[in-house]
Amino acid sequence: MERKHTLSVLVENTPGALARIVGLFSGRGFNIDSLCVAETLDPTLSHLTLVTHGDDMIIEQIIKQLRRLIDVYKVVDVTEEGEFVEREMALIKVRAEKETRAEVLRMCDIFRCKVVDVSPRTYTVEVTGPESKIQAVIELLKPIGIKEIVRTGLIAMKREKKTT
Amino acid sequence: MATKMTGAQIIVEALKREGVEIIFGYPGGAVIDIYDELYRTPEIKHVLVRHEQGATHAADGLARSTGKVGVCLVTSGPGATNTVTGIATAYMDSIPLVVLTGQVPTKLIGNDAFQEVDITGITRPCTKHNFLVKRVEDLAWTLKAAFHIARTGRPGPVLVDLPKDVQQAKTEFHWPEEIRLRSYNPVYEPNKRQVEKAYRLLEASTRPVILVGGGVIASGAHEEVRELAELLHIPVTMTLMGLGGFPGTHEYSLGMLGMHGTYYANMAVANSDLIIAVGARFDDRVTGKVDAFAPMAKIVHIDIDPTSIQKNVRVDVPIVGDCKRSLARLLEIIKEVGRPSKLWKEQFKEWWEQIDIWKRRYPLTYKQDGNHIKPQFVIEKLYELTKGEAIVCTEVGQNQMWTAQFYKFDKPRTLLSSGGLGTMGYGFPAAIGAQMANPDKLVLDIAGDGSIQMNIQEMATAMDQRLPIKVIILNNGYLGMVRQWQELFYDRRYSAVQFATIPDFVKLAEAYGAVGFRATKPEEVEPTLKKALETNNLVLVDIHIAPEEGVFPMVPAGRATTEMILV
Ligand SMILES: Cc1cc2nc3c(=O)[nH]c(=O)nc-3n(C[C@H](O)[C@H](O)[C@H](O)COP(=O)(O)OP(=O)(O)OC[C@H]3O[C@@H](n4cnc5c(N)ncnc54)[C@H](O)[C@@H]3O)c2cc1C
Ligand SMILES: Cc1ncc(C[n+]2csc(CCOP(=O)(O)OP(=O)(O)O)c2C)c(N)n1
Ligand SMILES: [Mg+2]
Repeated sequence: MERKHTLSVLVENTPGALARIVGLFSGRGFNIDSLCVAETLDPTLSHLTLVTHGDDMIIEQIIKQLRRLIDVYKVVDVTEEGEFVEREMALIKVRAEKETRAEVLRMCDIFRCKVVDVSPRTYTVEVTGPESKIQAVIELLKPIGIKEIVRTGLIAMKREKKTT
Repeated sequence: MATKMTGAQIIVEALKREGVEIIFGYPGGAVIDIYDELYRTPEIKHVLVRHEQGATHAADGLARSTGKVGVCLVTSGPGATNTVTGIATAYMDSIPLVVLTGQVPTKLIGNDAFQEVDITGITRPCTKHNFLVKRVEDLAWTLKAAFHIARTGRPGPVLVDLPKDVQQAKTEFHWPEEIRLRSYNPVYEPNKRQVEKAYRLLEASTRPVILVGGGVIASGAHEEVRELAELLHIPVTMTLMGLGGFPGTHEYSLGMLGMHGTYYANMAVANSDLIIAVGARFDDRVTGKVDAFAPMAKIVHIDIDPTSIQKNVRVDVPIVGDCKRSLARLLEIIKEVGRPSKLWKEQFKEWWEQIDIWKRRYPLTYKQDGNHIKPQFVIEKLYELTKGEAIVCTEVGQNQMWTAQFYKFDKPRTLLSSGGLGTMGYGFPAAIGAQMANPDKLVLDIAGDGSIQMNIQEMATAMDQRLPIKVIILNNGYLGMVRQWQELFYDRRYSAVQFATIPDFVKLAEAYGAVGFRATKPEEVEPTLKKALETNNLVLVDIHIAPEEGVFPMVPAGRATTEMILV
């Protein structure tokens, strides 16, 4: 059965490491749904959050193939590790004419979005949350008229145990 | 304070420290500094080839025949791109190589400079790892890491790209005797529990088969395989890459399995209830149609590379580890439990009766005809005359499969063949590498008339080095393996499988100062081969074989391995 998996990957911060990972996915026909790369506290390591999908055997191969890369330090299948926090940010430029301006603001309020740029005919809205929330905001704003969307892709982190 | 050395000096020093005695290469502007250093280094024998592809295959032949890391050195741009086929060949078959390529000076990288090519980008998917060295201070460490990565874990080719200014810059030389890479830690020791599970499956099994792959050769686990088979009385089959990992003449050997495997090997695997796969990766040439592969079998899979496990077939007991250590552990358990060998024999008695029926029903065979030389007969004769003692390289195609079927390989590292990539033109330069590394052994290249022309220029290299390689051309006047597919699956439409011009191989040999022989009738085979083997020179033997002879058994691509076309 096909499922979405969020992988957290620590790689050596060397030139070529990212190319190797992306090349692995294209070369072997795996999917990348989204990819986020950034530094970590340790400057010699970069962190990658990678969302992919496939059946169990494919996901197993993806993880093993990633681990096989000499530059890859650690791979965690966040989806399999129990509870985790996931966040994504989107900037949505939405048409805001006289009659819809208030409605857009109301929606922002409900979803705790921020308006980060205003023009006579548009609002640019910043929304942060799990993918489901981003999707919901997009669906609600669509009828009003979305001009442009830019999304960061997902980042994720394992939740700590609540008991000791 | 250590004295300062140039990058080129560090490179040559690193090769010495790694125990490299022979390298294969071709010079150019971007490596001229390294060549200048080699000029002063008699300890390292440099073999000047005629084409960089030849250098990579020769280094590969050295590696396969000895287990050492093969090394080659080429210039930037076209020198580097010419190595790609050789690198990919080594990658597919997990062969340790270090390929040193020259590069334009660092400040010109990315400028489309003269003879610049992004070789680390090009070879990223076909190397185990590669490096572009940007600072001379990183050089010693990088070269140490390259050798370490190439030879450990699942071996493979590593490329190191060396900009010219890095070769010329100076720094203090510090050689790391040990190297640890936090992101690379291959697992050699198997998980004990998993090995115990494997043992329990053996106890419960009535129809087991051991499947030996190239990993047995890489890890030197042939003794352990043999001990396991003999102790428990289990039949053994081998992949093309596993040939020699268990003696081909052993009474428990079923020969090769897969597309051109023996009838009884494929039947045994298909009907088995337990497969112990050791260092094999269940390639599609081995499994045939995957859904129909060994439907009743539980599978124990020993492999040092977790990606090989559960990639193509479902595995019941995965064992990540080195073949030799994993089998040693299994043997320990067997001895601890101490079940008498007789009991095991009893347990598999019916299984052997069944296998013997299969063996008698369709032995590996071919039809003689009085007029034509049969290639299988040539290989049988070669086997007899060389007493099975030669290092045998092959090209790709029918010649390769007949060799795999009819030469009995008893020892590891005696068959050198491009399995995964199937590179025509591999065999001859590989033979050069093997002969360089094994001056006292007999080295053969069993070739096709098509393949031999793909790296024929290396005749000159072999002559330079006075290598008495024997090239046996099974000349069918066809790109025979493709022709066979066209005959069987494309209604005999022979499209582009016949050359209008084939050189006179005897004269060609003579043109290079080598010796040429020809055989066109069956009765000429033995005397001609004898003459060739007695000649202390490079020999090309042009044997005109039955032009439309096929390789059988054959499992049509994508079919179950039990659906064999037989002779
Ligand atoms: C024309 C043609 C026809 C062919 N027909 C056949 C055929 O009929 N039958 C056949 O078998 N092949 C055939 N082949 C070859 C085939 O394509 C594959 O190359 C071959 O089957 C792979 O062999 P292998 O599984 O032993 O794997 P290899 O490629 O040798 O892989 C070795 C495996 O061992 C592992 N390994 C390496 N070192 C260790 C270690 N120290 N410890 C543990 N594991 C280790 C590796 O991770 C890898 O998984 C043919 C090729 C050609 C060109
Ligand atoms: C470099 C390369 N090109 C093409 C092929 C496809 N191919 C596989 S076998 C074969 C025919 C080989 O002919 P020959 O060397 O005469 O060997 P034969 O099969 O006749 O013994 C070809 C063209 C290949 N394996 N390698
Ligand atoms: Mg031919």
